[in-house]
Amino acid sequence: MKAISRVEGRAYPVGLKNIDTDVIIPAVWLKTISRVGLGKGAFESLRAVPGNVFDDPEYAGAPILIAGDNFGCGSSREHAAWAMADMGISAVIAPSFSDIFSGNAFKNGLLAIVLPQAAIDRLMEVARTDDIHIDLETQTVTTPFQDRFEFEIDPFRKHCLINGVDEIGLTLKSSDAISVYEAKLSADRPWLAPNPV
Amino acid sequence: MSTPQTLYEKIWNAHVVEQRDDGTCLIFIDRHLVHEVTSPQAFEGLRAAGRRVRRPDLTLAVPDHNLPTTARLDSHGQPIPIADPESAQQLEALERNAPEFGIDYINASDAKQGIVHVVGPEQGFSLPGTTIVCGDSHTACHGGLGALAFGIGTSEVEHVLATQTLQLTRSKSMEVRVEGELRAGVSAKDVVLHITGVLGAAGGSGHVIEYTGSVIRALSVEGRLTISNMAIEHGARAGLVAPDDTTFAYIKGRPMAPSGANWDAAVAYWRTLATDPGATYDKVVSIDAADIAPSVTWGTSPEDVLPITGIVPDPSAFADPSKQEAARKSLDYMGLTPGTRMTDIEVQNIFIGSCTNSRIEDLRAAAEILKGRKKAANVKWAIVVPGSGLVKQQAEDEGLDRIFTDAGFEWREPGCSACLGMNPDKVPPGERCASTSNRNFVGRQGPGARTHLVSPAMAAAAAVTGRLTDVREFAS
Repeated sequence: MKAISRVEGRAYPVGLKNIDTDVIIPAVWLKTISRVGLGKGAFESLRAVPGNVFDDPEYAGAPILIAGDNFGCGSSREHAAWAMADMGISAVIAPSFSDIFSGNAFKNGLLAIVLPQAAIDRLMEVARTDDIHIDLETQTVTTPFQDRFEFEIDPFRKHCLINGVDEIGLTLKSSDAISVYEAKLSADRPWLAPNPV
Repeated sequence: MSTPQTLYEKIWNAHVVEQRDDGTCLIFIDRHLVHEVTSPQAFEGLRAAGRRVRRPDLTLAVPDHNLPTTARLDSHGQPIPIADPESAQQLEALERNAPEFGIDYINASDAKQGIVHVVGPEQGFSLPGTTIVCGDSHTACHGGLGALAFGIGTSEVEHVLATQTLQLTRSKSMEVRVEGELRAGVSAKDVVLHITGVLGAAGGSGHVIEYTGSVIRALSVEGRLTISNMAIEHGARAGLVAPDDTTFAYIKGRPMAPSGANWDAAVAYWRTLATDPGATYDKVVSIDAADIAPSVTWGTSPEDVLPITGIVPDPSAFADPSKQEAARKSLDYMGLTPGTRMTDIEVQNIFIGSCTNSRIEDLRAAAEILKGRKKAANVKWAIVVPGSGLVKQQAEDEGLDRIFTDAGFEWREPGCSACLGMNPDKVPPGERCASTSNRNFVGRQGPGARTHLVSPAMAAAAAVTGRLTDVREFAS
């Protein structure tokens, strides 16, 4: 995972609630065996609407997206996070995220920041004209107008994001503990070993 | 005496390998299902890092999402290649990766092939009290057997392949209690659509839901799988139904399930899993079975549920302003006018299938409505896609395939099919589909496709009349 501690720049003011993974990246784009190049399929159905924010030159290359409740609901496709990263987005700010999307975003160094609806409303307003700043160290979102919103983040996730930790590498350090667990499992619940298919 | 625990707490506690000071746990994964769409990048990651699969014996691979549901073998019994080059490439990647990493693989023309969430329970791979993951959000399905099962992204697929564990924090718990007796024409699908309408698409966020109550207890395992399958549609991490004699009878004798002395030991363990009296949940929601009607969705979120007797809502009637806007967008996409009776909405396509509703019981329910009837003239496309080759075989043994084909349905090969618009089975733009699948998202069944989620019997009824229909009109 690449390290990330700060994001600043314009934000796509999307605002809608329940933006699902099929909206972020439709299934037809999932037929790839690569993690890159999905940006061109991102938000395809929203982009089909004339005047959409994604194709508005005002927001070209914006690293932040602001959305409503339950962002990323639906499928487990990590392609949603890959597609957003591929189009240059480094952070999403919303009142809530689906559990799976939030995990997928984290694994890809994409910040999924939870702020209350009132803060979202204010940021939607700022986003139309000015930059937004996100600082992971201080867990704050700020604007040039002295707005300052603090957000919560799981300490382990914060540590991994700031340091760009390879989570598999980290878990593999616990290999011995996993072996001990496996041995106990074979003794306690031997019936768990599946017969070959 | 120890503190009373919920089913979720018991399964969680039994799988903690390590707990860190911040509460994050390393959780052991008992079963890992792998399919062709969310795994290629994970195997590539392993290869790049020189890592192996830690427990290939706990991993099972089967292709489902991309496969066309037309014939798989030619007249000489040779596999027919997939025409779409990208789909073919994904299938080839899985066919190559599974043997390379020592994983059991069920190939596309094997009778055991099917949708991962149908295959797991059917083969006895999915068991109560286990942790089950798959790179697919409908993994929640296996919770119908009393397994803690949830969808994961590709990075987590790679993590499980490499370590057989996941770094997780414990979710909150919710009980959804459904008491009473289901009314005529109401199936498990209607129950879960109703629950989704009550909770909302984000209502279960951060929670693992245990479905309890007399209605759940009375359901078959197939019905419980249907309910738990859609836990994700109300935002839950996973769904659970406590295992009981119904569960054990379903699992006994399945090929990969425990047998002999192991069987008795397993059942004895499974009987300890039910939530203890006095255990508490973070949230409890009670639902009266009498309030549940045959249900249908009108919008583009699974929370947009109505009884079939309902009318298309007026967006301005919603209290929440963001819901008003969402409803306006939904109705625009769906081409619907407020005030229209749901039963006046014509459908051109019928899809019976998906991991939600493609098991034998689902096919029987649809066939019962279709027996001796034909699809309406305005229904252009009607397909039945069994959840696995074994479901297909059983349905054919029972003569259900003939009922479907006589009614004008196409009888297909197993796979995800028209649930998600990534294989050739798609609904044309602007057309409607009465679908037994789980998501009515914008573009889910193909660009511009308009989805109405229903039960198998309701889909069959809609096929006969050519419009969304109250299945109770067909009561014998």
